[in-house]
Amino acid sequence: MSGIQFIKDCTKEAFQGSRRYWLWLSCLIAVCLVGAIAYWNQFTNGLIVTGMSDQVSWGIYIANFTFLVGLAAAAVMLVIPAYIFHNQAARSVVLLAEGVAVAACLMCMLFVTVDLGQPLRFWHMIPFVGRLNWPQSMLAWDVVVLSGYLFLNITIPWYITYHRYMGKKPDIRVYFPAILIAIFWAISIHTVTAFLFIGNPGRPFWNTALLGPRFIASAFTAGPAFMVLAFRVIDRETDFKVNTSVQKLLALITAVALQINLFMVGTELFTEFYAPTEHSASAQFLFFGADGQNALVPWIWGALFIEIVAVVILMVHKLRENSNLLAIACVLAIVGIWIEKGMGLIIPGFTPTPLGEVFGYLPTMTESLVSFGIWAFGILVFTILAKVTIKIETDRLKYKSSELA
Amino acid sequence: MSEKQSRKQITRRRLLQVLGLTAGGASLTAAANKLTDENTRRTIVDTLGGLFQNHFSRLSPDEVGETLARMERKYKEKYKQDVRVEATSALPNTLFGYALNLSRCRGYRDCVSACVEENNQSRDSEIQYIRVLEIPDGTMNLEHADHYYAGEVPKPDHFYLPVQCQQCENPPCVKACPVEATWQEPDGIVVIDYDWCIGCRYCQAACPYWARKFNWNEPVIPAESLNTQTHYLSNRPREKGVMEKCTFCLHRVRKQQLPACQEACPTGARVFGNLLDPDSEIRYILANKKVFRLKEDLNTEPKFWYYAD
Repeated sequence: MSGIQFIKDCTKEAFQGSRRYWLWLSCLIAVCLVGAIAYWNQFTNGLIVTGMSDQVSWGIYIANFTFLVGLAAAAVMLVIPAYIFHNQAARSVVLLAEGVAVAACLMCMLFVTVDLGQPLRFWHMIPFVGRLNWPQSMLAWDVVVLSGYLFLNITIPWYITYHRYMGKKPDIRVYFPAILIAIFWAISIHTVTAFLFIGNPGRPFWNTALLGPRFIASAFTAGPAFMVLAFRVIDRETDFKVNTSVQKLLALITAVALQINLFMVGTELFTEFYAPTEHSASAQFLFFGADGQNALVPWIWGALFIEIVAVVILMVHKLRENSNLLAIACVLAIVGIWIEKGMGLIIPGFTPTPLGEVFGYLPTMTESLVSFGIWAFGILVFTILAKVTIKIETDRLKYKSSELA
Repeated sequence: MSEKQSRKQITRRRLLQVLGLTAGGASLTAAANKLTDENTRRTIVDTLGGLFQNHFSRLSPDEVGETLARMERKYKEKYKQDVRVEATSALPNTLFGYALNLSRCRGYRDCVSACVEENNQSRDSEIQYIRVLEIPDGTMNLEHADHYYAGEVPKPDHFYLPVQCQQCENPPCVKACPVEATWQEPDGIVVIDYDWCIGCRYCQAACPYWARKFNWNEPVIPAESLNTQTHYLSNRPREKGVMEKCTFCLHRVRKQQLPACQEACPTGARVFGNLLDPDSEIRYILANKKVFRLKEDLNTEPKFWYYAD
C-alpha cells in the first residue's frame, strides 16, 4: 500500500510547482510534440525523409545514440566516490547523477528506435518471444546492457528514495551489491557500444582497439561536464544547494578525462597521417574532405579547437575555479565531444563506402526535429526525476506527512 | 525438424501464451470471424497474421503454407495479378559459387538491369544488387573507380569490376543481425526474412562489399513489370524499412536454372555453378585459372571469384 502511496505522492510532486517550472515543462513538452509530429512523417513515408542513404546508412540518430551512451555511463563518476569512497558531497547528489543516467538511457533507446525501418517489430529483439542474436551480434549485446543499466538505475534510486520517504534506513547489504554491479555495468555499456563499431573489419575507420578507451575518456569528459551544468541550474533554480566540492570534483574529472581524450585523438591522428594507407581515406575525408564532400571539415576542426580551449580553462586552477568560466568550458567540452564522437565518428565510418564511393550526408529537417524531440524528452525526464528526488532527499516528501495531508 | 528445434518451438508457444499474445491474437481473430463481411474478415486476419508472423525457420510446414497463401493474397490485392510465392528448400549436395572473367566484362551492365527485373527491386528508389565499377588499368584501389560511368563502353585503358553479394562462407552480416533475420542456407546462400528484419541496418554497416540495400521508402514496381514467380527468401516484393540483397537468384538456381545476371551477360564473363560438383565449369575455373577474391584479408571467405584470361 505504501508503495502505491509513494508513486502517487511522487507523481503529484512532479506536476506541482511554480509558474517558472511549468513554463519549462511546457516548453519541453512542446518540443517533444514537434519531434513526434516529425517522427510521424518518417514513420509513414519511411526513412527516405532522412538524409541517410545506402552509402551513409547511419546518421545523426546513431551519432546521438553513441554520445548518450557515454552520458549514461558517466553517472558512475559520482557513484564511485559516493558509495565506494564515502564522499559525502558526492553522496548528496548521486541520486541526481543516476537520474541523468536514466534519462540518457531512455534517449538512447528512443534514438535506436527511431532509426529502425520497422519499429513495430521491436518485439523481435525480446529473447524467446523474438529471436535475439546473442551472443553473436554486438547490437544484441547493446540491447541487453542498455536495458540492464536502465533497470539498475531505476531500481537502486527507487529503493533508496523509497526508504527515505518511509523514514527508514536503506539496508546497505541490499543495495551495495547492486551498486557494485552498476559500476561494472556502466563501463560495460560504453565498451559494448565501442565494440559495436570496432567489430566491423569492413570499416577500417572504426576497426581500431583505441576506440574503446576513447569512448570511455570522452564519456567521462562529457558526462561530468553535463552534470556540472545541470547542478548549476539546480543550484540556482531550486532551494537545493549543491555543495561546491561536488562541482570541484566534477571539474577535475572533466579536466583529466579531456586530456586523456585529446591525447588519444592525437595518437589516432599520427597513425592516420604520418604514414597514410588506403585505410586512412576516412580520416582524410573527415579532416580535409574528399571528392568535393567536405561538410564535416569545419565541424571537426571546430570541435578540436573548442576542446583545446576547454582543456586550457580546466587545467588552469584560477580559470577553473571561476564558476562562469567553468560553465563555458563544460559547454565547449560537451559540444566538442558531441561532434567528435557523434557525427565525426559515424559519417567517416561510411565514407568512402567499402567500394570506394564518397557520398554526402546531411541530416534533414525531419531528422533534426526528431532528434530535438528526443533530447527534450530526456531533459523532461531528468527534470521530473530531479524535482521529486530533491523533495525526498530534503525530507519534505514523506509517507506520514502525506497521510496527514 | 530436429527434436531440439521442436522443443524450442513449444517453449516459445508457452511463453507467448503466458504473455497473452496468443490469447489476445486468438480473441481478436475470433472477433474478426464474427464479422459478416468475408473480405473485411480476411483483411483483419491477414493484417494480424502479418504483424505477429514468426521467424521463418520457426514456422511448421502448415504455417509456411498459410504464410505463403497470405502473401499471395496480399500481392494479388496490390498488383492485381496472381503472384506465386514458393519456399523451395536447398538442394542436397549443393554449394553455389560464382566466377567472373574480368577480361571478358565490358561494362555493359546488362546483368544489372536483368537483376532488377528478375528480383522485383523497387524501380522508384532504383535499388540494384550489382554495382559495376569502372577502374583505370594498373590499380585495384576501388577509390579510383567510377561508379556512375556513362557513354560508350568499354573505355580504353579501363577495366570493369562487377560487385554483388559475395555469399561469404563467413558472413559478417549474419553475425551482425541482432534478430537472426539473415542467415546462411545449406546451399551457401545468405538470405533475409523480409518479415523478420527490423531495419536497423547493422548488417549494412558490417558488409565489406556494400552488397546490402535498404528500402528507404515503399518500393514501387509497375504491375506490368512484376516478376510473378517468386520465392519467400528471394524475389518476392518487399516492403519499406527492410534490407534486401542478391541471393544468386535462389528461386531460379534451386530449379537448375541460371541466375538472371549470368543469363543476361552478352560476353559470357559469368560462370555460376555447384562447387560440390567436380565436373562443373566453376570447378574447372577454380582449378585452372589464377583466381582471386575481393578483400581476402577480412577472412570473409567469399564464394565469388574473379579471374582474367
